[in-house]
Amino acid sequence: MDRRNFVKTLSGMGVAALGAERAEAEDKSEKKEFVGVLVDTTRCVGCRSCELACAEAHGFPEPDSSPEVFAKERAPSTVQWSVVNRFQTERGEMFAKRQCMHCNQPACASACLTKAMLKTEEGPVIWREDKCMGCRFCMLSCPFDVPKFEYDSPMPKIQKCNLCWDRLEEGKRPACVEACPAEAIKFGKRRELIETGRALIAKEPTKYVHDIYGESEAGGTSYMYLASVPFGQLGFRTDLETIPYPELSKDYLYAVPVVLTLWPAFLLALSNATKKESDQENHGTPDGQ
Amino acid sequence: MEHQTDNRNKRTLLITEAKRFVSFLLSEMKPKGKLVTPFNVFAAVVLATTAVLLVIRFTKGLASTTNLSQDFPWGIWIGFDVVTGVAFAGGAYVVTFMVYVLRLEKYHPIVRITVLNGFLAYVFYAGALLFDLGRPWNVINPIIGNSFGVSSVMFLVAWHFMLYMIAQFVEFSPAIAEWLGWKRIRKFLGGLTLGAVIFGITLSTLHQSGLGALFLMAKSKIHPLWYSEFIPILFFVSSIFAGLSMVIFEGSISHKVFRKQISLQHHLEHDEIVIGLARVCAGTMYIYFFLKVLVFIHGQQWNYINTPMGWWFLVEIVGFVLIPVRLYTQAVQFRNLPLIRFAAALTLIGIVVNRLNVSIIAFKWYAIERYIPSWMELEITLGVIVAEILVLRWVVNRMPILSDPPEWARPRPEVTRETRFVPKEGEEKEWVTINM
Repeated sequence: MDRRNFVKTLSGMGVAALGAERAEAEDKSEKKEFVGVLVDTTRCVGCRSCELACAEAHGFPEPDSSPEVFAKERAPSTVQWSVVNRFQTERGEMFAKRQCMHCNQPACASACLTKAMLKTEEGPVIWREDKCMGCRFCMLSCPFDVPKFEYDSPMPKIQKCNLCWDRLEEGKRPACVEACPAEAIKFGKRRELIETGRALIAKEPTKYVHDIYGESEAGGTSYMYLASVPFGQLGFRTDLETIPYPELSKDYLYAVPVVLTLWPAFLLALSNATKKESDQENHGTPDGQ
Repeated sequence: MEHQTDNRNKRTLLITEAKRFVSFLLSEMKPKGKLVTPFNVFAAVVLATTAVLLVIRFTKGLASTTNLSQDFPWGIWIGFDVVTGVAFAGGAYVVTFMVYVLRLEKYHPIVRITVLNGFLAYVFYAGALLFDLGRPWNVINPIIGNSFGVSSVMFLVAWHFMLYMIAQFVEFSPAIAEWLGWKRIRKFLGGLTLGAVIFGITLSTLHQSGLGALFLMAKSKIHPLWYSEFIPILFFVSSIFAGLSMVIFEGSISHKVFRKQISLQHHLEHDEIVIGLARVCAGTMYIYFFLKVLVFIHGQQWNYINTPMGWWFLVEIVGFVLIPVRLYTQAVQFRNLPLIRFAAALTLIGIVVNRLNVSIIAFKWYAIERYIPSWMELEITLGVIVAEILVLRWVVNRMPILSDPPEWARPRPEVTRETRFVPKEGEEKEWVTINM
């Protein structure tokens, strides 16, 4: 390999390295405290005021108010960021609201190649229309299956709870929190909410299961839940990783720069080693025949 | 005065040359064979339907043509067109590795057709990604925008696709220069080949594995028999024999279709080439099988084997890995070319099964409502394949891909030291010598 070819290859590698920068472990929890929401499912009466408030706050059509919606377990949709479900549990009828969990290190945000999905320093995970190219990798990656895509629109958006990001910026609390008549939804600093949850469990150890859902699930989430029955009975996945999901592809991304630098050097060496004497004289490549 | 005439003469000459070049291009645009053939009619119908469906897709949204859902955000446009198609296109980096890095000259005759196939596969199958993107007008964001999502595997894959297409184009470009009769440019482009090849192999290593790495974060959604932290390595290793099997399979077709193009020399060498490729396939497939078993045992997944998904897993690794690798081995031993082709076809089906398993079938295997592609998704996929074949045919019929390059572009015969310094060939006008 002569110098010219070497430099050519090397400069090409530089460009490729753009695609392989160090994976950011997007844990921003130490810079600024994340806000969060603690849902006490033992207090929820299933009135669905939160659903209505959510629709009003984000300009969605008013959700169907008939109790029949409870017949089937619902997931948040493109027109409803937050839904309440009813469950038959060992302690009778229970309700739990579902929406984006706002992970500390969200899979969706690390999956996003345009940073349309963004974990803000304050905690909410938001989606930005002008960046998104609609690849739906966030949907594939989210362990909670939260982001929803407008398949029926030629200019589709991703729809999911943004923890009322715009209201938080105005100093208000999320709409669902304000609307809850049973005070089942608490808003605050995530750290303080964990303390509150633990205190509640300690105070009434027979009422609550001794666990806060979201404290460690997917590496910790901003939305957290208390319950009187095992969380599996409230439709929560209990088999999720307790490490942040971006960790799962971090090793791969760390290997990328290694391959990008070592592989070409190895290939160049190999190519030189296999060069025949006559080729070396010509210092050329085998003709591109 | 004399000076002026000289200039005018030059200008006239330039204009004549330009005219000749344009008329050459125009004549090359015309179809070479009969226009109404069964395949052409089929292609026309498929492409017309595809065009109509794409208009619907882009005016009404993805739901109008696909069966994608909130539970299954990725269908066959990703699982087959991109994830499987790119594995099939892996032959280009493997063959260029063999020829330019290992300098196994035996495989030189198939370099161009393989690189062309690879390049077109990327352009069309990765290009079909645009149909799947919900907001394709933002596709430029991760490239020029201020939005580098560098922690995303998708970011890596997108960049590498783009760069690899450029690398492949550079690898292929000497053929274009020969077609147009651009001698000096041909020489320059030929000098770029090794750099492009090494760059291309590196990019391929990373994005072939990267396609697997896309699924790493879906750990809680992919069946444990298919999920493993080794998915990237499995995808990379399998892309080697997937690509080569495609070269074998595609070669057996193009040798029939483009019979007239192929030189006698190439014809004679072809069997040896195919047997050599089959040997490489067998070797890498044994490695792949070993890796699969290793991952399986390491993951302690015995308890899944006697379930429907477990049986399906066995079908994949026994029926579509172990059996074809055994056939390859046997076929190489007995130099049985039809058996090699059969093994290649079986291997290719196995790759489709594997990639669809990871991306669609074992993905949310617990879901009650499964994703099954709509006929329109299949039709558009078919349209992409047909379009690629048409472009391939157009190029092969015009450029020196399977046929020998023009006299002037052939490597000089080996010369001894004494006779090396031959006089330069006479100054010829560049595109006059075309005889196609």
